[in-house]
Amino acid sequence: MSGFRVEHATRSSRVGVAVVALALVAFALAPYWGSRETLRLLAEIFTYVALASLWNLLAGYAGLVSVGQQAFVGLGGYLLFALAILWGVHPILAILIAGPVAAVLALPVAVLMFRLRGAYFAIGTWVMAEVFRLVASQISALGGGSGISLPAAIVIAMAPSRQWREFETYWLALALTVAVLGAIVALLRSRHGLALTALRDNELAAQSSGIDVTRLKFVVYVMTAFGTAMVGALIFLMKLRISPDTAFSVNDWTAFVIFITVIGGIGRIEGPIIGTIIFFVLRQTLADLGSLYLLMMGAVAIVVMLFAPRGLWGLLAERFGWQALPLQRHLVLAPKASRALAPE
Amino acid sequence: MTEWANVILQGVLIGGLYAMFAAGLSLIFGVMRLVNIAHGDLIVLAAYVALIVTQALGIDPLTSLLLVVPMMAVIGYALQRGLLNFTLGEDLLPPLLVTFGLSIIIQNGLLELFTADSRKLQAGAIEIETFQLMQGVWVGVLPLIQFIVAIAVIAALQLLFYRTPLGRAFRATSDDQSVAQLMGLDTRHIFAMAMALSLAVVAIAGVFLAVRANFDPAIGPARLIFGFEAVIIGGLGSMWGTLVGGIILGVSQAIGAQIDPGWQVLAGHIVFLAILAVRPQGLFPKVSG
Repeated sequence: MSGFRVEHATRSSRVGVAVVALALVAFALAPYWGSRETLRLLAEIFTYVALASLWNLLAGYAGLVSVGQQAFVGLGGYLLFALAILWGVHPILAILIAGPVAAVLALPVAVLMFRLRGAYFAIGTWVMAEVFRLVASQISALGGGSGISLPAAIVIAMAPSRQWREFETYWLALALTVAVLGAIVALLRSRHGLALTALRDNELAAQSSGIDVTRLKFVVYVMTAFGTAMVGALIFLMKLRISPDTAFSVNDWTAFVIFITVIGGIGRIEGPIIGTIIFFVLRQTLADLGSLYLLMMGAVAIVVMLFAPRGLWGLLAERFGWQALPLQRHLVLAPKASRALAPE
Repeated sequence: MTEWANVILQGVLIGGLYAMFAAGLSLIFGVMRLVNIAHGDLIVLAAYVALIVTQALGIDPLTSLLLVVPMMAVIGYALQRGLLNFTLGEDLLPPLLVTFGLSIIIQNGLLELFTADSRKLQAGAIEIETFQLMQGVWVGVLPLIQFIVAIAVIAALQLLFYRTPLGRAFRATSDDQSVAQLMGLDTRHIFAMAMALSLAVVAIAGVFLAVRANFDPAIGPARLIFGFEAVIIGGLGSMWGTLVGGIILGVSQAIGAQIDPGWQVLAGHIVFLAILAVRPQGLFPKVSG
């Protein structure tokens, strides 16, 4: 049995990891080289990378196409405001609490939603997000339908100066995104990741190989809710204001996220990252077009879905065998074993 | 007492509209297992088409149906042949994401053309005509017409499904697409006919929606959700089930609104979730999803 071992890394993934490491150092130092606007933009990009990566795990790997993830973004945001305003919890601690609370709430939601299959599951999650939005607009302590701002006292108490508060939230965004991506990579490299990849490729085959598909999907749904709510809490800590319509916006937290993932490459970890870069480049250049911009995003997503269903990274990966992060498994035969296998 | 009778009656009548939202959705799911996320936006598109037609020709909304219904049916046929047929297959993702993209395109296209202003179709005097059903219980003529049309639409779809060659082709493709194809059915054409029929129903629903209340480019997704809830409450694949589902949804919303205006839509969602929890296959299931 010791004749082979399983390796994850390839030459492209070694290059990829080096690039990621360098980028991380550069991003961590961004407060020293970037302007306020750059920091804000980067933080927004990070949150979209995190949201899209989580949606990709859910839809791309577990096959759970949810169009209702805004439920958990908004829930995270509202938990932050509720904890900070009503119970005086420090906002950073509130972000950490938002994750587990959302995961616990996701349990009964998952039980109900898993009664719907495929496309009906998608619309079901949307109904759930609407329920969350309507309930949020009934909570008068948090501003009801018109929303509420984070009181100045709480914001000021976060850091000695405005600049430091901005640095703090920037680093928080970077750290949270790295944590989300790290958790997804760790999950995909574990044996559960093997099960998830099998599920992505063929649900029936995965099931007949002994994978408890329903349980796996359930776990992924709850984990995604955990991460999405934390990112949501962070997003609204950066915005400093929340209302039911912004917190549970299907355009901002689901449509954009879906377009990012589809264009970048669904079912691959690199896809959401590439997709987010493309999305923001397009947004910075075409933002003046307003609703036409959204219309074009929709059209691009349709074209990609029809002609390159695995997205841009999928095209590159299939063409050149690239992987930016060491996720694929391949067998490497040990020298002794390969000699034994070689023909005499 | 009569107050509640009025509330429930209004709920039942609006339920007919929801049943029409649901019937088009249920029809294409039944024939090709496609869930059209853009369904609600197509309803709104039909309302705008009717707006143009009534303004350009100076006809009243109900007469405009003679033009809007065939126009939407043609759009449906073209949409299916030109786009959606290419997304159908084993994988669930392409049809979902393509119709989702389509929904965003229609919403923003309408926003670009017609702005975010609320519009309404003017039907004239008939809009405010009512008659007394019994002591203290009043019925609007227009909601009643809408309800009767909804029943007629569902009865017609039922007849078409079980009494005509096209209906037989629909049922055959629904049962087994590859065998239907082997028997010489052109499934691409059958699917396109199903979408044309779905959008014909959408056109009727869109016109009644636009006469009843204000509309703007952003209200589509909520109509999709109402239609979807009626489908699930009634049970997948059952046409009369969608009518019952629509009525249950309409009555729940009316009762919710009576208790607190903020609870109208929420009450409908809660009844939907409760039925999903207790009876996930719906009240009158026909096909399994």
